[in-house]
Amino acid sequence: MKDFRWAFVKLFYFAFLLRIGGAVELGRGQQTERISGSAGDVLEDDPVGRLKVFVYELPSKYNKKILQKDPRCLTHMFAAEIYMHRFLLASPVRTLNPEEADWFYTPVYTTCDLTPNGLPLPFKSPRMMRSAIQLISSNWPYWNRTEGADHFFIVPHDFGACFHYLEEKAIERGILTLLQRATLVQTFGQRNHVCLKDGSITIPPFAPPQKMQAHLIPPDTPRSIFVYFRGLFYDVGNDPEGGYYARGARAAVWENFKNNPLFDISTEHPTTYYEDMQRAIFCLCPLGWAPWSPRLVEAVIFGCIPVIIADDIVLPFADAIPWEEIGVFVDENNVPSLDTILTSIPPEVILRKQRLLANPSMKQAMLFPQPAQPGDAFHQILNGLARKLPYEISISLKAGEKILNWTAGPVGDLKPW
Amino acid sequence: MKLSALQQGYINRRTNSFRGASPLDASVDGGAKSPAAVFWLVFHGLCCLISLVLGFRFSRLVFFLLFSTNLYSTSQLRTATDLSDVLTLHNKVSSSSPPIPQSPPNLTRVVVGRHGILIRPWPHPDPAEVMKAHRIIERVQREQRLQYGVKNPRTIIVITPTYVRTFQTLHLTGVMHSLMNVPYDLVWIVVEAGGTTNDTASLLAKSGLHVIHIGIEEKMPISWEDRHGIEARMRLQALRVVREEKLDGIVVFADDSNMHSMELFDEIQKVKWIGAVSVGILAHLSDSDEELSVVQKEDVGNLPMPVQGPACNSSDKLVGWHTFNSLPYQGKSANYIGDRAVVLPRKLEWAGFVLNSRLVWKEAEVKPEWVKNLDIVAGEEEDIKTPLSLLKDPSVVEPLGSCGRRVLLWWLRVEARADSKFPAR
Repeated sequence: MKDFRWAFVKLFYFAFLLRIGGAVELGRGQQTERISGSAGDVLEDDPVGRLKVFVYELPSKYNKKILQKDPRCLTHMFAAEIYMHRFLLASPVRTLNPEEADWFYTPVYTTCDLTPNGLPLPFKSPRMMRSAIQLISSNWPYWNRTEGADHFFIVPHDFGACFHYLEEKAIERGILTLLQRATLVQTFGQRNHVCLKDGSITIPPFAPPQKMQAHLIPPDTPRSIFVYFRGLFYDVGNDPEGGYYARGARAAVWENFKNNPLFDISTEHPTTYYEDMQRAIFCLCPLGWAPWSPRLVEAVIFGCIPVIIADDIVLPFADAIPWEEIGVFVDENNVPSLDTILTSIPPEVILRKQRLLANPSMKQAMLFPQPAQPGDAFHQILNGLARKLPYEISISLKAGEKILNWTAGPVGDLKPW
Repeated sequence: MKLSALQQGYINRRTNSFRGASPLDASVDGGAKSPAAVFWLVFHGLCCLISLVLGFRFSRLVFFLLFSTNLYSTSQLRTATDLSDVLTLHNKVSSSSPPIPQSPPNLTRVVVGRHGILIRPWPHPDPAEVMKAHRIIERVQREQRLQYGVKNPRTIIVITPTYVRTFQTLHLTGVMHSLMNVPYDLVWIVVEAGGTTNDTASLLAKSGLHVIHIGIEEKMPISWEDRHGIEARMRLQALRVVREEKLDGIVVFADDSNMHSMELFDEIQKVKWIGAVSVGILAHLSDSDEELSVVQKEDVGNLPMPVQGPACNSSDKLVGWHTFNSLPYQGKSANYIGDRAVVLPRKLEWAGFVLNSRLVWKEAEVKPEWVKNLDIVAGEEEDIKTPLSLLKDPSVVEPLGSCGRRVLLWWLRVEARADSKFPAR
């Protein structure tokens, strides 16, 4: 009897050991880790069936003709508005019956007025948006029903719906009054800022997926660069002494670390930029004139841990992706001790961040591929919109009730487009 | 008013018009000009001329000097106390932006406007942190190797024939450092001509590797022909050790004056029984200028580096061998060690072959039938030129390094004059 009990204990002990061994094995060989943000494990949700979107038919002067005039709009970092329109036209969430729609989309390309250098001018955008809203409110009853609370707009420009590239001016203008009740899908995100309203969805800037896929190198190439950055430190044309550009943070990075062999930073434009990012452990993503940058997308795609130097920034899909666990956040006034901060991160934490970055659903969520694939940024936008459903009763207005002031804003905005 | 002149400069970034009135700002109307407006216009023009002469916009410098005394701290800026003990601030400037008209109810940490550039007092790397960073890099690379590299790496058995001479330290240190960087388990069999010596042993002890140091009695002969023969015998002796000790792994023949790349050791993990890699031949031509005519030197100098190794057809199957062409060097090659003429390799060098150590074991479970018994081969007194003599059928050799297209190691023989003096350790 005693023998049996002993044998049972031994058996149990061995089984326990094997289980632990198995778990350890799994931990070591495991290459990725599941991503779950504050909204839960929502990166792989399928929005089809959870919401319906109605796309307004605007005259082509709001979208197609603008694109025809300047096809560069398809490749710059604000191209998300164009690709989102195309995606929605072909997507199964689109409905042709507006009565059953949960969300209404207005395809107006406000960021497609480019200078010869390729930078967008936002001066006509408020008038264009206003004119589009006047059109949809007079031709369909759905805008007046809720004054836009179930409409969403894609405003990917520097400071979103404030429609200016200078921060002081954008703050002065504030969000366009007509968009105060609508949901804004924008790249700009900064906490406690006028140009980010509650309930907005932050998206990554557009980065061409094929170009990045074409520069992939074998994953067993050892990562030998500690910190990598390529870009401007001083914007010599507009702010030669420094202090305005990037709030002095990029200049601080240069002045403190230009002699440090661990920091591979310079202003060059190498042809091997993407390949070098894949050979680096940390990639700096400091703010520029605006806090967001395509470097974040590139770092995620190439598995380089992003070091985000932008106070109070709101990163893309912040409720679906736990950015605190994936990237390293450094306050702008801690930049001089950046090397201490980065070298004091324990190696297990670094390996975990790399495992999270290796998750393919993470990389998919940052891209706008053509044609759309499951889990990509288009689907994340729809998931975000679906999470805002069902609506509160209060959004529908009684007949004749008006909340928005159609004549508010700078005088120049009221001119017709 | 003054600040808007500053901001107007920003429009240069977008519209490229130097002084164009932006559609947003109210333009100065051309009606009655007050003296202040005229004065301002003239002052502005003067500033432009000065800037043209100086080459930079000095107006901001003026504003900095005039306005730097006011408003150091609004409650929104971080105070200097938490910064002062660590940093000194260059350009201690405060924010000079006007108060935000629609400021949000909660406190914004981030202020728009001019900020200082924070530079710490000693902006140079700290050696302890550099070491920490290197340890992090090492850990990350180890993890990468675990995930993407060879799954079950086999031990590498390196066989090096050597003997005491002037350049021994030079050559052996090179091989030693390469082997110390190999990420896999390693056994180094060093065979020394003329018996084992303390000099060599003390050099090898510095490596920290697992070394088997054996010696053979014969001294290294002076002529190159004989040296190649003795080296072959030394390698066979080492293979006998592998056989006695039943060492399990991949045998690499690393001659002490050769150069090996790290990718070589990753590539040979793929070998099943016997493999061949491409060897670059660095046959140097210096000191033979008097003998070679200029034309001939150009001929030989313009050739790309000769490579010895497997040759494949388009479906990546071994069809033959690229061997060393010694015709251009006819009659001009070195005859004895320390000769100033060029030293030529054999047709195929031992260094280009790697073996699975089980091929030389007495009994192994899955030993293929095309391998000859080591004792029988070594017993024959004829010169064993390459490991191919161990095989009955040379076509079973596996070409490595994408079928010999990648050169993974380089062969060189450089020796000092035989009568040169060198210090004993």
